[in-house]
Amino acid sequence: MAEFSLPANSVVKKGKVFNAPNTAKNIKRFKVYRYDPDDGQNPRLDVYDIDLETCGPMVLDALIKIKNEIDPTLTFRRSCREGICGSCSMNIDGINTLACIKAIGDIKGDVNVYPLPHMEVVKDLVPDLTNFYAQYASVKPWMQTDTPPPPDRERLQSKEDRERLEGLEECILCACCSTSCPSYWWNSDRYLGPAALLAAYRWISDSRDESTGERLDELEDPFKLYRCHTIMNCTNACPKNLNPAKAIAEIKKLIVKRRN
Amino acid sequence: MGIPQRPLSPHLGIYRWQLTMALSILHRATGVFLSIGAVLIVVVLTSIAMGAAQYVTVQSWLAHPIGLALLVAWSFALYLHLANGVRHLIWDAGIGLEKHVANKSGLWVIAFAVLATAATWAVAWS
Repeated sequence: MAEFSLPANSVVKKGKVFNAPNTAKNIKRFKVYRYDPDDGQNPRLDVYDIDLETCGPMVLDALIKIKNEIDPTLTFRRSCREGICGSCSMNIDGINTLACIKAIGDIKGDVNVYPLPHMEVVKDLVPDLTNFYAQYASVKPWMQTDTPPPPDRERLQSKEDRERLEGLEECILCACCSTSCPSYWWNSDRYLGPAALLAAYRWISDSRDESTGERLDELEDPFKLYRCHTIMNCTNACPKNLNPAKAIAEIKKLIVKRRN
Repeated sequence: MGIPQRPLSPHLGIYRWQLTMALSILHRATGVFLSIGAVLIVVVLTSIAMGAAQYVTVQSWLAHPIGLALLVAWSFALYLHLANGVRHLIWDAGIGLEKHVANKSGLWVIAFAVLATAATWAVAWS
């Protein structure tokens, strides 16, 4: 059964306030979710006033500025700073996205920064993605074949067949989609979620893969696939502009089609 | 000392409401509401079968402002559920799932429900 309120140990309390220096001209307020596993306290919302004159344009720039100049204990994942590694996924201004490609200027009012929703928090903005990765692995995201490959070359694919993978293979596994989905919030133990299902459809669509039937068998389950109710938060959130909702609909169509 | 239990990150309370998300939960809510309305239809039919006096009694309940408000709400729920149900059928065919299309069709669903409700009651009260 869905648990709509947060457990007692997860309720977010008021945190510290870090004011900007007097010289600051263009101040933006960042409210950042903090959780320290070592102090035994509840999570809290710390407030940082940042001078945008001395800060880069993206939310990640502000987080790095906070960590470098104000509070070195702030913990978050980041790497490429250009939207390709998927590390800095978090909930910014109410929507899951990548901090590195979310412009501060696009946000009206205070900037609220939370970890990905309905996840166990390791520390601050770092959620535990173990289950998410296990679900990805469960769809066997690699090519499966029965026939031997041609002796003199790789398994080739026509340009048209390759084009069918556009919009599917660009997923960077940032988990923005899955953790935006209310259905995934309530059933992440059994529902695979949009990211894993998009990956499943990527391999179902691959002309070189020879286990489409087994893949569909595996997904034909009331929970793994059919907990998708087309809420569309996944597609609305995806920072790579992919469409997991569409991929899931296509899987459902294929399962119906093969019954005839 | 063991590792403390990890907190659950905030979800419903902090997620910005999306149109598609709101319509999804409204589809469920109107579905439940309409099931209750189905019981009311049975009550009305039963009262007709029982005779004029009973029918007049049920009529007087429905003519009461609260009864009327419920009827308007039921008609709105019916049109919203109907239009959104059709939207779901089209989605099941794999059509209209692009981000901008799904958000636009959501607006159409709301517009249809409001207009159809207004039209129904304009006819009923004319």
